[in-house]
Amino acid sequence: MALVELIDVHFRYAGSEEYALRGVSLEAEEGEFVLLVGPSGCGKSTLLRVLNGLIPHFYEGDFRGVARVAGLDVPKTPPHVLARHVGMVFQDPENQLFLSSVEREIAFGLENMGLPRSEIRRRVREVLELFGLEELKDRAPYELSGGQQQKVAIASVMALEPRVLAMDEPTANLDPISALEILSLVSRLTREKGVLAIVVEHRLELALRFATRMVVMDGGRIVASGDPRRVVLEASRLVGFPPVVVAHQLLRNRGLIGGAPPLTPEALSEEILGVIGWRR
Amino acid sequence: MEAIVAEDVHFSYDGLQPVLNGVSLVVRTGEVLALMGENGAGKTTLVKHFVGLLKPRRGRVLVFGVDTREATVAQLARRVGMVFQNPDHQLFAETVEEEVLFTLRNMGVPPHEARAICDAVLREFDLARYRDRSPYSLSVGERKRLALASVLSYDPDVLVLDEPTAGQDYFNKSKIARLVNGLKRRGKGVVVVTHDVEFAAQVADRVALMAGGRVVREGPAAEVLTDAQAIAAARLTLPQIPAAAAILRERGVKLSRIPLLPGGLYAEVIALLDGGAP
Repeated sequence: MALVELIDVHFRYAGSEEYALRGVSLEAEEGEFVLLVGPSGCGKSTLLRVLNGLIPHFYEGDFRGVARVAGLDVPKTPPHVLARHVGMVFQDPENQLFLSSVEREIAFGLENMGLPRSEIRRRVREVLELFGLEELKDRAPYELSGGQQQKVAIASVMALEPRVLAMDEPTANLDPISALEILSLVSRLTREKGVLAIVVEHRLELALRFATRMVVMDGGRIVASGDPRRVVLEASRLVGFPPVVVAHQLLRNRGLIGGAPPLTPEALSEEILGVIGWRR
Repeated sequence: MEAIVAEDVHFSYDGLQPVLNGVSLVVRTGEVLALMGENGAGKTTLVKHFVGLLKPRRGRVLVFGVDTREATVAQLARRVGMVFQNPDHQLFAETVEEEVLFTLRNMGVPPHEARAICDAVLREFDLARYRDRSPYSLSVGERKRLALASVLSYDPDVLVLDEPTAGQDYFNKSKIARLVNGLKRRGKGVVVVTHDVEFAAQVADRVALMAGGRVVREGPAAEVLTDAQAIAAARLTLPQIPAAAAILRERGVKLSRIPLLPGGLYAEVIALLDGGAP
């Protein structure tokens, strides 16, 4: 069974005339890294809010369709139950961190779940190690860099061992090295722990290489979904081309290269080596 | 023309931990300068000196020849418009329209002109439909556009944009790139603080890399953004095209230069094929 299953989901925020989601259907399995892209206002954030039940439980409005996450019927499941299955990470970690040390921040959600102390200790230790945060465990989150804060935010969400990780532009404020670190960490969670990550990100040049699937939204609908190497070409009108794809297109238009575009500089250079007939 | 000159600027917030460690840098009109570096490199601290929000502890900053220590922020702001990274640091009016009108009034623009300018910038930034809404009801991206619109409304000579593309979608990013180019053509000086290396590759004429409170490398964008060592020292990543070209060089392919943009890489490949490369 799919971990996330949306069938013809519609949602209109109370007080708004237009529907933010207009018939969204999506199935996603464990271990996928779904890159969710589209213009501002296309419904990406609204879709993420359906996954953890903020819609329809917290945001009022008109909800229709079927939404199931980890086998739970979202409209019929209280948000605190959904929260154990779906972790949310936002653009600005400051809004998510408020305790005096990294360790306490990570333990907080676990204490709220009423887990035994030994279990809390085990999980805190495990995520500190997984995220390389051991040395920072006694530091206050506000003293950390943006990249470190975002790691702490993800670590405290992952300590709850959710099966789905929904991330709304988690790297928007980070420098490229920190952003790549965060995204490759998320990619590792999908591969090693079978987590389903659904990540909203505008910078294709950073995120595309990690995606196992690219989903494009426009006007409250999903307009393309599938293999990133195919979808990146279909969606360029809405999200543009990363530079490696532009270079590939130039070579392709000249008849020098064929097939699907590369998603990384490494892959582009391999293709160019092929074009110039390089022998090692 | 030299618009802003920073000479050996030292600064520290607490008098102990230096944040700027002797920065010298020139901002010229008719040119786009990208100021780059990782989070915490001192970029935002430096540009706050350009409008006198911070004053150097040692060294000096001249804005069109005036030492920032001898001018008020209000005087400097007429020449240098600053758009902060976090729009909430500069938005405060009750409505979107009032936000822009307030700025214009503050800069001494007569009311009848202010109205027309306000209408034009709100249209330009696709905000006209929100004119009666509270700025806080807008999305982060929209609030950023509003902050930008209100600074551009009074037409300062130099624009400082702190992380203008962070969280912006493809359309708005393209729009910001066109806007920056347009400002340059009109002879404005534009400083873009950014760690978006692809955006810098698109718009910048010159790049200054900062690390540890210093400018560690400065020069034409085509040189700095293709210099793997300098980029690594500033804890950034090469843009995709120079990264691909650097790999080709490592593999022994003889490129005449490391190109910055896709067209340049394409030209290098064609030259190799025409020249009967190995």
